Amino acid sequence: MPLSYTIAVIAIPLFMFLFLGLAGVKMSRKLTGVLGVLGMAVTTVIAYGVALTYFFGTGQGQIADGVRQAVTVFNPDWLSFTDTLVVRMGILLDPIAAMMLIVVCTVSFMVHLYSLGYMSDHDGNPEEGFQRYYAFLALFTFSMLGLVVATNLFQIFVFFEMVGVSSYLLIGFYYSSPAANHASKKAFIVTRLADLFFLLGIMILSYYTGTFDFNQLVFGSNGANDMAVAQSAIASAGGATFLGCSVTAWALTFIFIGGAGKSAMYPLHIWLPDAMEGPTPVSALIHAATMVVAGVFLVARLFPLYVIEQGAMEIICVVGAFTAFYAAAIACVQSDIKRALAFSTISQIAFMMTSLAVSSADGALIEIHGGTGLGYMASMFHLFTHAMFKALLFLCAGAIIHAVHSNENDKMHGLHKFMPITSIAFLIGCLAIAGIPPFAGFWSKDEILVAAYHKGFFWGLWMSMVAGMTAFYMFRIYFLIFFWKKHEVHTHHAPKDQPWTMTLPLIILAAVSVVAGFVPAHDLVTWNGHHLHTQLDWTVAGSSVAIALVGILLAYKLYFKENDLPERMKNAASGLWTAAYHRFYMDELYQFITHKVIFQGICVPIAWFDRHIIDGFFNMLANATGSASFAIRRLQSGSVQSYVYIYLVGALALAAVTMVCVLI
Amino acid sequence: MNLTLLMYLIPSLFMFGCGVYGFITRKNMIAIMISLELMLNSVDINFVVFNRYLFPGQLDGMFFTLFAIAIAAAETALALAIVINIFRATKNVDIQQILKLKF
Amino acid sequence: MESVGNIILYFVIAIAIIVFSVLTVTTRQILRSATYLLFVLFATAILYFQMDYQFLGAVQIAVYAGGIVVLFVFAILLTHKPGADAEPLSTHRRWLGLSAAVLGIAVCGYAVFSHAAFCGRQLATVADLDMATIGHFLLSTDKWGYLLPFEAVSILLLACIIGGVVIARKR
Repeated sequence: MPLSYTIAVIAIPLFMFLFLGLAGVKMSRKLTGVLGVLGMAVTTVIAYGVALTYFFGTGQGQIADGVRQAVTVFNPDWLSFTDTLVVRMGILLDPIAAMMLIVVCTVSFMVHLYSLGYMSDHDGNPEEGFQRYYAFLALFTFSMLGLVVATNLFQIFVFFEMVGVSSYLLIGFYYSSPAANHASKKAFIVTRLADLFFLLGIMILSYYTGTFDFNQLVFGSNGANDMAVAQSAIASAGGATFLGCSVTAWALTFIFIGGAGKSAMYPLHIWLPDAMEGPTPVSALIHAATMVVAGVFLVARLFPLYVIEQGAMEIICVVGAFTAFYAAAIACVQSDIKRALAFSTISQIAFMMTSLAVSSADGALIEIHGGTGLGYMASMFHLFTHAMFKALLFLCAGAIIHAVHSNENDKMHGLHKFMPITSIAFLIGCLAIAGIPPFAGFWSKDEILVAAYHKGFFWGLWMSMVAGMTAFYMFRIYFLIFFWKKHEVHTHHAPKDQPWTMTLPLIILAAVSVVAGFVPAHDLVTWNGHHLHTQLDWTVAGSSVAIALVGILLAYKLYFKENDLPERMKNAASGLWTAAYHRFYMDELYQFITHKVIFQGICVPIAWFDRHIIDGFFNMLANATGSASFAIRRLQSGSVQSYVYIYLVGALALAAVTMVCVLI
Repeated sequence: MNLTLLMYLIPSLFMFGCGVYGFITRKNMIAIMISLELMLNSVDINFVVFNRYLFPGQLDGMFFTLFAIAIAAAETALALAIVINIFRATKNVDIQQILKLKF
Repeated sequence: MESVGNIILYFVIAIAIIVFSVLTVTTRQILRSATYLLFVLFATAILYFQMDYQFLGAVQIAVYAGGIVVLFVFAILLTHKPGADAEPLSTHRRWLGLSAAVLGIAVCGYAVFSHAAFCGRQLATVADLDMATIGHFLLSTDKWGYLLPFEAVSILLLACIIGGVVIARKR
């Protein structure tokens, strides 16, 4: 079977998780870290082998008639309930799965390496829980890899939950801190709520189509996404409707809600900023580069179905566009650099979602209406580049935090002189996300904007505006951290560039961020496996670069040197500023809804009912039994003579009754 | 004057009443067993006289008396052994003082 | 018409049974109580002889009077100081016992007297009951055979032997 060694990519992290988790405590902390990094290195090499073989290898059967085929490596039955209801667990390689293998393994490997330095104190001694940390990282890597190679919806769901669990474990890694505990619970509960909808969607979809397998839902006989197959899958619902919408539209919307929970789309985004309580490398890996794009991946996986159910697609489009703007607006005023980056992440993921949603252009089958699936390609491309530069930005932030022991940017300022390598790496990341050519972000974001303009001028303009805001807030952060004013040394040793284990990943990722834009994504990851002809749209590219430059210049004006302009602007629009700083009070709204409305209005009466009526009924039974036994307890005196007396009286009474009856 | 069945039942009845009275009133466990013997004996008499008067050709009542005597003997022997054991343990044969196994 | 001897004997037996029964349960000295029981048992044995059940009377004397009463006496001597009186009964208990006894006698007496005709049967003469007949019935499986109860009693006695050993054994 071709590419059968892909199993190793999944198996090694699982083994590392079990090994480090079970045997880790018996080993020295340093050894577990090194073993974890080595295991991940091997995984990465194999994953690269798999992906490169898939994309560029010949004679493996993955390209036929110029179409990149989905290769099902394994697909054994896992749970077979009936002949038709069979859940399988397997490995499926198609362009986006192969690309995700590269993304996950690269970032994961970088984070493993980086954590050697980050999770140690300044003398290089690993901190407590080091083994646990590496075990969880391996668990996460395993789950994420299992997710991207899933052959069916059910497998995706299983691994969706597993990444959720590992995310929960890693956010709550510093379990002694209440903030981390709350953040992990919040992340878990919010994503679980979303996953409930996901499960509903899966059940509805599989009930009507009779299958979980992507091979029967979206992949055609030529092994690529096929509209005809998707069409027939939708048709198997037989036009059933619910509340005026077709059931498959409902199912796909529910599935999108599941993805939106993981991908932190508005209004389910509230967990992601709090998730920054976890260690920074974890934020880089899970909450910036990999897990949060699972939702995008999910929608991309079912792309042909969404194309047919345009209603669901429109919801994605609106939610994505709004989230992109909303998160960018918040990111402009945050003072905690990790939170600012978190909102930036939300905004960028929303870019990907929107891009997917606009790619079918006119609201009908993309081929018929001249759509090219450009948005699909752009979305996946942006997913790839974003993973690289956002991981870079987070790791830089981690290095800074490690150096100054604070997340707040007013404790930083002027770090450029102290940490030049970090500064340059961060600058590259900022340029990449801002979309300045030739850095990675430019290429992918440009494609997204082209696709958005293709859907409509409004959408294009909207996304261009958000792109400009992105440039502004990223450079605001950059200038505030590295310039603004001279750094005041707060701790007893001055901040400096971190040890090589932390610096090396920065350099590698910075290099990747520079060149990643030249990856021929239009050739490799297209929705139907065909080569996609693209060319730079000079108007779009030029205008987006111009907007980005304006954003950067504005940030430069405001934040490069210490001045009172930002303060005056803040005072001028203090209402707006405060609202944005408090994330437009979404958390408070949730708090209000859950505590005041749901808890007070629904749960308290139910609890009262349970405690007083239901419990009361059983308590009454118990009390009645108790008092009855208490009352008749005296009969059980243990005195044989009383028993005989009572027995005798009873027997005589019976005899008397008998005789009276005989007489009558 | 004839000796009828009734005439034999009367002393048996009184014997049984005395057994009941003794069983209920006495505190001494040995005395209680003596009362028990009285009741058993009264029942034995009834068996015998009923057999003799009503079914003279058969021996059912007589055999039951025979078995009752055997069982009573065994039972008395065991019960007295138990009483003596209890006495060894508690220096007491008062049934109202033996409360250890009550609950 | 019975012989006068039989009638006199009957009254002796009846009075002895009633009087000694009452004494058995009313005396305050336990050893006397056992002695009165012995007299009651003897009277019963004589009653059996009068019923022409010689074997049964012999068994009554041998097992009850010879065995059980001796056991009682041993037990009493092991557990009591000779000559000690039992403490007097409480009025409540006495009334309780008395009521039960009187109630029992009343109900049963009523039952007996209400069947006076039935109970007025005369004693029929029967052939002498010899040991061969008793043994035959005891070990026969015929219609009036008693092998099964005989075996059951055997097993019961075996169980009693084992129980006695267990109880008497030193721990």
